[in-house]
Amino acid sequence: MPGVMPATQSCAVVVEIGGLPIRLRCADHDFVRQIEERYAGFLSSSNDASFDFEIELASKSTESGDDDLRLVWDSGRWLMERGDFCAEWNPSTARGRIRQTISPYSLDSVLRIVHTLLLAREGGFLLHASSAIRNGRAFLFSGVSGAGKTTMARLAPPDAALLTDEISYVTRKGSSYLAVGTPFFGELAKAGENLRAPIEALYLLAKGPKNKIEPIEDAAAVRALLENILFFARDPEFVKLIFDTACEFANHVPVRRLTFAPDASVWELIV
Amino acid sequence: MKNSRYVARSTAIAARALGNETMVMSATNSTLFTLNEIASVIWAAADGVTPLDQIVANKICAQYDITPEAALKDAETLVEGLAAHGILLVSDQPLAGPANSRGVAL
Repeated sequence: MPGVMPATQSCAVVVEIGGLPIRLRCADHDFVRQIEERYAGFLSSSNDASFDFEIELASKSTESGDDDLRLVWDSGRWLMERGDFCAEWNPSTARGRIRQTISPYSLDSVLRIVHTLLLAREGGFLLHASSAIRNGRAFLFSGVSGAGKTTMARLAPPDAALLTDEISYVTRKGSSYLAVGTPFFGELAKAGENLRAPIEALYLLAKGPKNKIEPIEDAAAVRALLENILFFARDPEFVKLIFDTACEFANHVPVRRLTFAPDASVWELIV
Repeated sequence: MKNSRYVARSTAIAARALGNETMVMSATNSTLFTLNEIASVIWAAADGVTPLDQIVANKICAQYDITPEAALKDAETLVEGLAAHGILLVSDQPLAGPANSRGVAL
C-alpha cells in the first residue's frame, strides 16, 4: 500500500467490546474521529487498555476488502493480511500495528480477528448471528447470508434489546454462556446495544410458511455452529480449539431450528 | 491368508462422541465428518495395535446382526475412506503412538 501519510503526533481512543479494552492510536485525527463515530457506545472513558494498536494509514490503494484474508502465527506474532490492510499483533507484548486504507471497515475486520483469537482461548467465539436480550435472557439467531438474521432484528419488539444484527459475541463463564452487544452490524447498519445477558437459546434460522421451533440433533447443532463461527486461523491447534468450543456450547445451550414467516409474530415464540 | 490391518486415529483431528455418532474434524483442512453408530465403534477402537478384523469380530459382530465377512468388507471400505481424508491411519503393521503437536499462543 503506497502513499503512507507523514507521521505526526498520534491521538488515541479506547474501544471496549466484550469487556476487552483495545487502545487504537493514529496520527490522523480525522480518522480517529471516524473511529469514535463508528464505535460510539463502545468507547471506554478509562485510559486503561489490554492491548495497543498503532494504525498507519495508506492514502491510496487499489486493493479491496473482498480479497482473501491470510492469518498466520509467526515468531510469536499473529500476521494478518488482506487487500485493504495488513497487521501484526504480539499477544505477549500486548501491542500491534495496523497498516490500512482509510476505512473504518478495515479496522472492523482487524478487531473481529483479534477478538476471535482472544475469545478462542476462553471458550468463546464470534458467530454469524443476530442476537437480542429479552426478559434478561439472550437469544441468538444464526444462519448464512439471507437466512433472516437482520429480518429477525428488524422484527424485534420494543422490549427486546438488540445486541447485533450480524455478528454475535459469545463468552463463556464456567458452564454458562453470555451474549454481548457489539458494534459489528450488517444490513441494519446500526450498532448493537452495549449489554450482556446469559444465552437462553440459539436458533438456526429457516424461512417457512409457519412459525415453529423444532429440536435438532447434537451433531447437527455442532455442524451448524462450525459453519457459522468466525474463525480465520487455520492452524491445526486452533481448529481443534474451535471444534471443542462448538461441542461444549452445544452441550450447554439449547440449539433449535426456528422456521419463521417474516412477520413480527415470530417473536411470540421467543420468550 | 490376508494380513491383518491396523488402524489408528490421526493426531491431526479433533473428535467428539455425540450420542451414537462421532464428529471428527480434520485439523489440517477443517473438513467435518459425522460417523454413524457402527463407524463410531470402529473409530473408538482404532488404537493402532488391535487388528481391524479383531475389532470387527469383537466390537461389531458381537453386537450387531451381520456376518463377519460383510462386516469386515464394510469396515475396510470405511477405513480406506477415512484414511484417504487423512483422519485415520492404516497399516499392515501395528502403529506407533501419537505424533507431536505444536502449540500456538493466543
